[in-house]
Amino acid sequence: MTARAARIAPVALGILVLVAWQLLVVAASVPAFLLPAPTAIAEQVAAQFTVILSTAAVTGGNALVGLVAGFLIGVVLAILAASSRLVAELTTPVVLAASAIPIVALAPVFTTMFGSTTEIPRRLVVTVVVVVPVFVSAARGLRAVAPVHSELMTSLAATPWQRARFVRLPGAVPSVMTGLRLAAPAAVIASIVAEYFGGLQNGLGSRISSAAANTAYARAWAFVVASIVLGLLFHLAGTLVERLATRGRPART
Amino acid sequence: MNEHRSEPSTVSEPVGASEQPAAVELAEVDKRFGDVVALSGIDLTLDDGEFVALIGPSGCGKSTLLRVVADLEAPSAGVVHVGGKTARQARLDQDYGIAFQQAGLLEWRTVAENVELPLQVHGVGKTQRRARAAELLELVGLADFAGSRPGQLSGGMQQRVAIARALAARPKLLLMDEPFGALDEMTRERMQAELLRIAGETGAAVLFVTHSIPEAVVLSDRVAVMTPRPGRIVEVVAGRRPGRGGELEPEDVEDVRETASFFAAVTAVREALRKGHP
Repeated sequence: MTARAARIAPVALGILVLVAWQLLVVAASVPAFLLPAPTAIAEQVAAQFTVILSTAAVTGGNALVGLVAGFLIGVVLAILAASSRLVAELTTPVVLAASAIPIVALAPVFTTMFGSTTEIPRRLVVTVVVVVPVFVSAARGLRAVAPVHSELMTSLAATPWQRARFVRLPGAVPSVMTGLRLAAPAAVIASIVAEYFGGLQNGLGSRISSAAANTAYARAWAFVVASIVLGLLFHLAGTLVERLATRGRPART
Repeated sequence: MNEHRSEPSTVSEPVGASEQPAAVELAEVDKRFGDVVALSGIDLTLDDGEFVALIGPSGCGKSTLLRVVADLEAPSAGVVHVGGKTARQARLDQDYGIAFQQAGLLEWRTVAENVELPLQVHGVGKTQRRARAAELLELVGLADFAGSRPGQLSGGMQQRVAIARALAARPKLLLMDEPFGALDEMTRERMQAELLRIAGETGAAVLFVTHSIPEAVVLSDRVAVMTPRPGRIVEVVAGRRPGRGGELEPEDVEDVRETASFFAAVTAVREALRKGHP
């Protein structure tokens, strides 16, 4: 009963907000450039549906490619950092410095570097954004080996590779997956924002900016809605992958 | 918790009659951590198949002594031999099995895979590993839980898995560091009976760290009483281990706890402990 209530409550709140929004816009006759009504946005979603699907596929595809690339790079760097002090001292500050790079600053640079007719700049932006959280949480997981496990492997005269294979790597899976879950929605955001800075006009981000520039506010909002849905999808997929990879383990806090 | 007791099926072989080197031999062992003397002048020998308990208050160095035997700590002075080899060689050859106070199971592996771990580290093939794990889980009464994850098991069951793991490579020596310390009294007594049965069936010598006097007396052939600062063995008291070298019925362990000689031994250990603690 309470579990069901917990599920229904946010949906109810969402509907309530939409109704209030609609009433406000109609009653106060808010101009469309300020805030279009939910019904107007819904009309645009329906009208633009095929465009939304194809542009979401492009933006989502870039996010996915960047997410996978960034995930692999982050995990490999974390493994290298965990296995060698030298690598740790070399990579950790660089990766953490990368977290301070605003993607806004990178996007135009990459577009100029690789030309505006390829998807590479956007994918690179996503990759940079994803590497950081994955590296940080994977590195933390790889460092956290329970003392009793470490002693056990010593008592078994395990080689360094056996320690890594039997204890360190499997033990780090939950942390690595947490990094993936955090990075997944961020990948979508990066993919969309990267489109604001020129290049191909085939994704959700470029549609939002061009619709807004053409004063088609309801249409811009329709693409915003699609972006939200895409972000949620990535979030859910990340959560699902995390659950699957950590099945049968005690919950971590 | 599903307790199914397998009867002691195999008759354990007679022990102590062979010409084999002692299971453990410690001579003049000292261990210092900086200025702190953790162990001083430890002399102790475990015969083949013998069960020796190390008892003493916290900080008396009993765990350190066990860790020296396991080659998890190097002694500062003295000689440590395990089965006639150096402690290091014995560890590299996987001559002993060890169980800690925490079960320390790998939670991402199934119960059977946890038991297989020592064999896997030593490159034993998969089929053999599977068979051995099944055999050991039968021995500790957890055959039905081979495919379970450690998180689904109670503390006592996890500890039995840890003991099965310690036995995987058929060691001649079991090192146990308060393995039942975190268990409730009922589970603990049942585990003691199981451990004695397993020790009898496998013929392994056991070095067992505890701070429970009744536990030390009921399990061991000899109880080495230790005192702190510096950690020394002040006295070795005869334990009341039932059924050594013969068949052990589950009731035997219960019966021992009610005999006068059991209480006498408990008193003797208590007095030895008090001597070191005025």
